Amino acid sequence: MPGLAGRMSTTIKAKISKMLDRAEDPAETLDYGYRKQQEHLQGVKKGIADVVTAKKRIQMQSKKLEEQVVKLDTQARQALSQNREDLARMALERKTAIQAELQGLDTQVTQLEQQQEQLIENEKRLRAKIEAFRTKKEVIKAQYSAAEAQVMISEAASGVGEEMADLGLAMQRAEEKTEDMKARANAVGELEQAGVFEDITQLEGGSSDIDRELAQLSQGAQVDDELAKMKAELGSGSDSPALEEGQK
Amino acid sequence: MIVRISGEGQFRLPDNDAERLNDLDNEAVTAVEAGDEDKFQSLFDQMLSLVESDGEAVAEDELVESDVILPPRDVSFEEAAGEFTGEGLIPD
Repeated sequence: MPGLAGRMSTTIKAKISKMLDRAEDPAETLDYGYRKQQEHLQGVKKGIADVVTAKKRIQMQSKKLEEQVVKLDTQARQALSQNREDLARMALERKTAIQAELQGLDTQVTQLEQQQEQLIENEKRLRAKIEAFRTKKEVIKAQYSAAEAQVMISEAASGVGEEMADLGLAMQRAEEKTEDMKARANAVGELEQAGVFEDITQLEGGSSDIDRELAQLSQGAQVDDELAKMKAELGSGSDSPALEEGQK
Repeated sequence: MIVRISGEGQFRLPDNDAERLNDLDNEAVTAVEAGDEDKFQSLFDQMLSLVESDGEAVAEDELVESDVILPPRDVSFEEAAGEFTGEGLIPD
């Protein structure tokens, strides 16, 4: 596809200019620009709050899943000590699936944290620019003729406008990522409701769609390895505690 | 020359960096077109490094427009392909 693409930098500049164009013309910006900018800052604050909420939800889920990993591991050991390799395998399959899910969650939390920090920095910068704009406007008005002042203030306004538009872009991206994360949180929630992360003791005997799904999800090799390792560990000691029916 | 890294603010660079930055930018877009993610990432990293090493942060109370705006540092290859190159610019 030769000759189609422009430079990244020019494309983004165009994107940002377009956002600026959507705003009123610079002359008008002078009059009610300040109020407009303040509104924009409110939007940023809400955006940051959304990111924080989404992050907290994912962190809570991660914690639950981590506890489940420990529990399933213990159960696999207990099952093996009772020569119930089928149950142990099921527990390890679940554990593997949950670990994969956890990894995804970790990555997303990290990304969101970065995004949150960036938005906070952006907001600070925009606030400083708005403050500078306000001061500068008054100074320019006092020192120059009306015509000159208009040009200078327009230039300053575009500087602030670009900062605002860039923040708008950052907000858009943060919102998209937050949406992605909400979707993932919901997906995990659904798996949880479907009983995928339940104790195997509660599912014993019943091989459902979920089990088949899990078997596909989990990497068989990893489960085999872990089974072998556990067997080796348990090989010597046969006094391990019995797996009680219905134990959590 | 004023360069903005989207999401990070503006930097003042010597004018003679413009050519180097443009070259890297063109190569990066070519890499995107070729679907070469590693190459794109490496070129984009070089662009960021150039701005970081030669650039001086523009003061908070200075109100200037940028000559060049680079994508956010954490831009994904998909975003670069879909949104941040000329190819992907979809008119509203």
